[in-house]
Amino acid sequence: MTEEIIIAGFGGQGVLSMGKILAYSGIMQDQEVAWMPSYGPEMRGGTANVTVILSDERISSPILTQYDTAIVLNQQSLDKFESRVKPGGVLIYDPNGITHEPTRKDINIYKVEGTRLAAEAGNPKIFNMIILGGFLKVKPIVKLENVEKGLQKSLPARHHKMIPMNIEAIQTGMNHVEVVNQL
Amino acid sequence: MAEVKLMKGNEVIAEAAIRCGCDGYFGYPITPQSEVMETLMLRKPWEETGMVVLQAESELASINMVYGAAATGKKVMTSSSSPGISLMQEGLTYLAGAELPCLVVDVVRGGPGLGTIQPAQSDYFQAVKGGGHGDYHLIVLAPASVQEMNDFVDLGFELAFKYRNPAMILADGVIGQMMEKVQLSDYKPRWTDEEIEKISGDWALTGKKANRQRHIATSLELDSYKQEVFNQKLQAKYREMEEKEVRCEEIACEDADYLFVAYGSCSRICQKAVQLAREKGIKVGILRPITLYPFPTKEIANLAKKVKGILTVEMSAGQMVEDVRLAVNGLIPVEHYGRFGGVIPTPDEIVEALEKQIIGA
Repeated sequence: MTEEIIIAGFGGQGVLSMGKILAYSGIMQDQEVAWMPSYGPEMRGGTANVTVILSDERISSPILTQYDTAIVLNQQSLDKFESRVKPGGVLIYDPNGITHEPTRKDINIYKVEGTRLAAEAGNPKIFNMIILGGFLKVKPIVKLENVEKGLQKSLPARHHKMIPMNIEAIQTGMNHVEVVNQL
Repeated sequence: MAEVKLMKGNEVIAEAAIRCGCDGYFGYPITPQSEVMETLMLRKPWEETGMVVLQAESELASINMVYGAAATGKKVMTSSSSPGISLMQEGLTYLAGAELPCLVVDVVRGGPGLGTIQPAQSDYFQAVKGGGHGDYHLIVLAPASVQEMNDFVDLGFELAFKYRNPAMILADGVIGQMMEKVQLSDYKPRWTDEEIEKISGDWALTGKKANRQRHIATSLELDSYKQEVFNQKLQAKYREMEEKEVRCEEIACEDADYLFVAYGSCSRICQKAVQLAREKGIKVGILRPITLYPFPTKEIANLAKKVKGILTVEMSAGQMVEDVRLAVNGLIPVEHYGRFGGVIPTPDEIVEALEKQIIGA
């Protein structure tokens, strides 16, 4: 199994940390992982994206043009990455701020209202975990228990008290996946 | 078994330095390798192993601090990225001329000039052909994974001390910024004064004892004939490295009709290109130089007898391709495909280049 994922959105949305938690979860189930961020003169509000690869085999290129899954969190990222999902692949997006909906018919498209759900919960910080939950519902490539272990590993001990809240957010995301296009 | 961690290439350089018993790091921050010193400052190894970590006022100062500390037989290093490494060239040729061991990490970014902060491999010539003045070489290691960022710190110091010559890890922004699984090395204690005496006692400036001549660390010799003899000694050392220290990896070469030659992150991208090409029925393999100096000339010459054509893939306008052509010596076509200025080639592009420039040519 190899899963090649791009996560893209605004800086500050937790794109890079979502990727990191996914990568850690992969390590917890003995997979090979790669996490390759876009880096540059970037800032809060600018664009940020990260390629995450989980595989049972040695990972070749961390630089890709096509992805099994694209998780896009703003219009710019949707415009950039919709065409780069492999035919039959998965596109997950948050409809907040999206004016031009995705149009492809040869991929599976899902909507997760992360921004709205996080706002309703009164905690914008859990936004990225809600989206991660949506992804894991569609593609259960890592077990929830391994995500929990991954969180323990990636967060400093002083933040471990936040883990239950994050797991809950992932479950919220899992329960709020809307099908937009299914093959 | 040691614990598996998820770390950035740059962070691993810092961690590996502490663990291999490095005595000192002198550096000046520059993207895309600033995490090396940031990690060292966070880890505070001076409290743990006694390793010195010092932010110098410039790259010139850092490399000359390395020169001074290396002269005492200590394991010392610096790291920078392209423009900073250019500033260090004077110090590097002096280190080579004084036969002093040290480790320099270059996380290459696009040039020329201040260029860009994105990944590149356009400093191959500078790294392997000398860079500074005079007939000298650095030992150049090209990591292709975060794990090799760990492994090559130790290997770099080992080779540097074996040959009394500066060693360089030539990485790029991809390897520096990417996080992968890494198994960190076990801790080795820093060398004691007695150990330094044993390892480097015939040259290191450890304080003159009554029973020996004074040691002088210098690259100056005004008598041309003596300087020629010294150069012959250096050349003999380089021939020995070329004989004994070449390292490379062959990937999918057994049945290959064509060959990619690529190092560092480009070799990783080529692995994907190999998969894509083989799905199309094109049998292509990869020769990945691990040491760029000494270069795997014989290994490439041998593969040239088996394949129909070679494409070098570099994030440059074509630098390593010259060494590949020298190795192949006209036997088969050798072409170059490159993106540069901070642009990274994609696997699809590489397959297309192979089809156009080699197979269809």
